[in-house]
Amino acid sequence: MTAAPRPWALLAELTHGCPLHCPYCSNPLELVRRSRELSTAEWTEVMRQAGELGVVHTHLSGGEPLLRGDLAGIVTAAESAGIYTQLVTSGVGLDGARLATLTAAGLRSVQLSLQHADPAASDRIAGHRSYAAKERAAALVRAAGLPLGINVVLHRDNLDALDAIIERGLDWGADRIELANTQFYGWALRNRDALLPTRDQLGRARDTVQRWRDRLGGATDLVWVVPDYFDGVAKPCMGGWGAVSLTVAPDGTVLPCPAAASLPDLDPPNVRDHPLEWIWDHSGAFNRYRGEDWMREPCRTCSRRAEDFGGCRCQAYALTGDAARTDPACALSPDHGVIRALTTDPGHPAGAGTPAPTGGYAYRKPGG
Amino acid sequence: MTGPGTGTGPAPAGWRPALSSAVSLRHDRVRDADLLLLPERVVVLRGSAAKILRLCDGDRDLDAIVAELRSRFPGAPVAEDVPAFLDRMRGEGWVR
Ligand code: SF4
Ligand code: SF4
Repeated sequence: MTAAPRPWALLAELTHGCPLHCPYCSNPLELVRRSRELSTAEWTEVMRQAGELGVVHTHLSGGEPLLRGDLAGIVTAAESAGIYTQLVTSGVGLDGARLATLTAAGLRSVQLSLQHADPAASDRIAGHRSYAAKERAAALVRAAGLPLGINVVLHRDNLDALDAIIERGLDWGADRIELANTQFYGWALRNRDALLPTRDQLGRARDTVQRWRDRLGGATDLVWVVPDYFDGVAKPCMGGWGAVSLTVAPDGTVLPCPAAASLPDLDPPNVRDHPLEWIWDHSGAFNRYRGEDWMREPCRTCSRRAEDFGGCRCQAYALTGDAARTDPACALSPDHGVIRALTTDPGHPAGAGTPAPTGGYAYRKPGG
Repeated sequence: MTGPGTGTGPAPAGWRPALSSAVSLRHDRVRDADLLLLPERVVVLRGSAAKILRLCDGDRDLDAIVAELRSRFPGAPVAEDVPAFLDRMRGEGWVR
């Protein structure tokens, strides 16, 4: 086996604790309890090893990373390891003093989540009164001179408000607005009936994004993360399994992608047991779907396999029970029917012209 | 590109190029490469790009940067290439 290319990026899930309860949260259904979290010293060591492995970029994420009182120490550890740090936060818990400490520790940029442009709707989707804290956090980040990204997960409940959402991001001074259509695994899969948009909604949203891009001409980056249920095209998940980045969960479990915690037989390694370099190069979990050897037809001989890597393993597992199958989002997948049925059947909300009523979420909470 | 976030049109008179606060220039020991690190992106710098960017300290103006490079690399077409390169970097918003 030739050595795997070195990873560029680390997603550090510092805690699964979060004051918000977003129904599409990318954390696993089974949240790691706070008592099992890595200590400051353990995260410091993770950052040191990650830097030696070739990681140059980290998202300090969660849950809500601000719940970690030792966050500044972790930022310093990353910075000393030569790793660029971006805080990924709901904004709840950020005040001027906290941000000053983080900036002094070397924090480089902040990505702030927003659920909706309307304060009441944002709070309803988040399951927590948090809009005011977000607005405040954005102003603090701007005042500190850090680059600000706004991240909005899009779904049936907010796609029609896209104009207002983009305006809000611009008002708040964002350098970059990420409009990420919901990816359906974990909590989002559980809430799929309530979150799945209609084709019409998506068509209008795409037009809206194009209009804003023309108007802004690149001054603010508008990133559109495609809704893979609707295009018949599988997404190049994580840039390939174990190819570009790794995720360290709050308890030290290391995963090729944050959703991979849902794969039942992966047996993921832990930084408490193994060095990161061994995990990346030699662990079964990281080699399982690396490269192309694991692929079956139709991926195995498909001309697109080097571009999309056969799509998302977690989605293949969630929808077919077998993680090694072609991602059902792909129109060439023999299982594509399970997705087509949801997005074209006029009897189903997403196939019909009018959206079903919104809300009725199973909010993210400990204990699934 | 247009708009207030990025530089367009001719460079301002007396321009003293500096890296934007959003980017960080680093040497990557593992890959033996020079990188520009941005909030959601890593740019691998080729050729003498990093050497030029290291001179963008907000102190030197364009002439000083060109003079410095000319003395280090006699015979290289720095007078044409360097301003064009820095203009592109300004267009990307990485140098201001
Ligand atoms: S998606 Fe919502 S609930 Fe999940 S970690 Fe982020 S802010 Fe918290
Ligand atoms: S068959 Fe596999 S490799 Fe080909 S486009 Fe579909 S998911 Fe990608």
